[in-house]
Amino acid sequence: MAEASATEPKRPGREPDRGERADDAVIATRGLTKRYRGGQLAVDGLDLTVPAGSVFGFLGPNGSGKTTTIRMLMGLIEPTSGSARVLGRPMPRASRTVLPRVGALIEGPALYGFLSGRDNLLRYDAADPTADPRTRRERVAAALDRVGLAAAGGKKAKAYSLGMKQRLGLAAALLQPRRLLVLDEPTNGLDPQGMREIRTLVRELASDGTTVFLSSHLLDEIEQVCTHAAVMAQGRLITQGAVADLAAGARGRLVVTTPDAGEAARVLKEQGAADVVVDGERVTSEPPERDLAEVNAALVAARVRVRGFVLERASLEDAFVALTGEGFDVAG
Amino acid sequence: MSRADAQDDRAGESALTAPDPGVVMDPGVVAGPGVVAGPSVVAGQGAVRSPSPLWSLGLFRSELLTTFRRWRTLALLAVLAAVPILVGIAVKIETGDGSSLGGGGGGAGGPAFISQISNNGLFLVFTALAATLPFFLPMAIGVVAGDAIAGESSAGTLRYLLVAPAGRSRLLLTKYATVITFCLAATLVVAVSALAVGALLFPVGDLITISGTRITYAEGLGRALLIALVVAASLVGIAALGLFVSTLTGSGIAAMATTVGLLITVQILDQIPQLDALQPYFFSHYWLSFADVMREPVYWDDLVKNLGLQALYAAVFGSAAWARFTTKDITA
Repeated sequence: MAEASATEPKRPGREPDRGERADDAVIATRGLTKRYRGGQLAVDGLDLTVPAGSVFGFLGPNGSGKTTTIRMLMGLIEPTSGSARVLGRPMPRASRTVLPRVGALIEGPALYGFLSGRDNLLRYDAADPTADPRTRRERVAAALDRVGLAAAGGKKAKAYSLGMKQRLGLAAALLQPRRLLVLDEPTNGLDPQGMREIRTLVRELASDGTTVFLSSHLLDEIEQVCTHAAVMAQGRLITQGAVADLAAGARGRLVVTTPDAGEAARVLKEQGAADVVVDGERVTSEPPERDLAEVNAALVAARVRVRGFVLERASLEDAFVALTGEGFDVAG
Repeated sequence: MSRADAQDDRAGESALTAPDPGVVMDPGVVAGPGVVAGPSVVAGQGAVRSPSPLWSLGLFRSELLTTFRRWRTLALLAVLAAVPILVGIAVKIETGDGSSLGGGGGGAGGPAFISQISNNGLFLVFTALAATLPFFLPMAIGVVAGDAIAGESSAGTLRYLLVAPAGRSRLLLTKYATVITFCLAATLVVAVSALAVGALLFPVGDLITISGTRITYAEGLGRALLIALVVAASLVGIAALGLFVSTLTGSGIAAMATTVGLLITVQILDQIPQLDALQPYFFSHYWLSFADVMREPVYWDDLVKNLGLQALYAAVFGSAAWARFTTKDITA
């Protein structure tokens, strides 16, 4: 994948704030609930709305119900109660019309080890009733090429590394043009270069108009590619919305690096900054209302030797902590 | 990675060229800036083909290829092919001094074909089928049928077949058709191997039926083929049973072991005189009735009972497998 497209400007018409209405949504669930035999409540009254054209990050610690939700959306698991609509049709009832337009990578790739990568894709494509057998070989070759496996397509899948298997799983999701891609932890097992390629691929697909539903427990991964996000914890949806709005909920912080920390803290308070924290040579605070250039000038005027003066953007992690008041640990 | 695009592929262009990002059809431009790029556009580009009525055959073909390329399947067939060779060589050594084979023929209830092999190589076909039908053949079927769904489930490939979407009923039917094909292939492997070994080691020519009449070698070959088909049909019951077991568990090994265990149990119960009221319902009870094909005229009573019983097993356990598989939560 060429890295160039990563910097491609967003197209007009794909603004994240559009399509919040449920009937415009690619995925819409109402009170979706799954209680496994044995009483364990895996998903509890989920109301999820994934707008068309978005790159939707589905966040949550391990064991928070992400995969169960995805399996219900894909018709693999029957919900205990509630409903799920994918591409406007009810699931799992409309599986046969919905699923050919959905590419999915669920809980990691699964392959026939004794078949070559190419034969694996041929088999998955043969399972799709809408796939045209006449174009099968070309589409398989294109999918292999797209994920960088063109050279390794003839190798037996059991000889693949974890990252190659992951790529092959992605290729299976890209055998046909899709309206929705569901990618469950797509960067698992990939090296940093592979992760970057996946992000580029996701952006590329999104720019073609494909909605991408991306589950992950890596916050910065979501932050880098997603326009929207939802956060789950212990089977419940904590929040959902545009990433910008979620991050805006937690304000950024002003960070001043200086050897004169005490003096800097005094000046910052004077300038109207709240919550000033001194940590060695690092002084942080909530940014004051006034122009930051003035703040900096005031510091210098007070003979504070400023080494660094940065407004750190609020990360999704800050937003997450602000929302839940807790860290990002596995639910007990 | 090249950025070959699915759209280019659809347009019939070589997928291996790396298209200039600008060349990629821009949905926004095509649809006009006012129109939201997204589902409407994608629906245009990815117009879903309606499934071909012959699609199920494509899935069946893929299933056959997958099954018969498995090393395990080939090993099972090799073992089956070896049985007639061993029997043939044993008989040849035993009768090498020109004497006919002494001793009590085919053993417990079995047809007394073995003593005739040294007179006519064609009898090796009947002997080999009689020798493999009680255990080797059904064991091989049990392995393949038991693995059919459970093996895919434990490998995780089942979920990808189902989201392709193969459709649960169709997948199950395809699996059953494949197992039946394997029954036929396995039986034919035994028969053909026996025919070749028999012709190599022993004289061939006109043969004498169980009823004492003489038939030509050509007619004998016809009877041999008929017997092979009857033997293959005798395995339909255990195939359905194995498939049902396969839908109950997520472990391929467990399903295979259970099916083979059931086979052995039923074979033992079939030998216990106190159970004679139940025995007519054991799937193996009429298996050796295939010898009746070698009577003149053919004695059909037990043959028909056998085929009826197999059909009953296929109906009962086929329905049970369907009921189980179409409502099952796929969590593996």
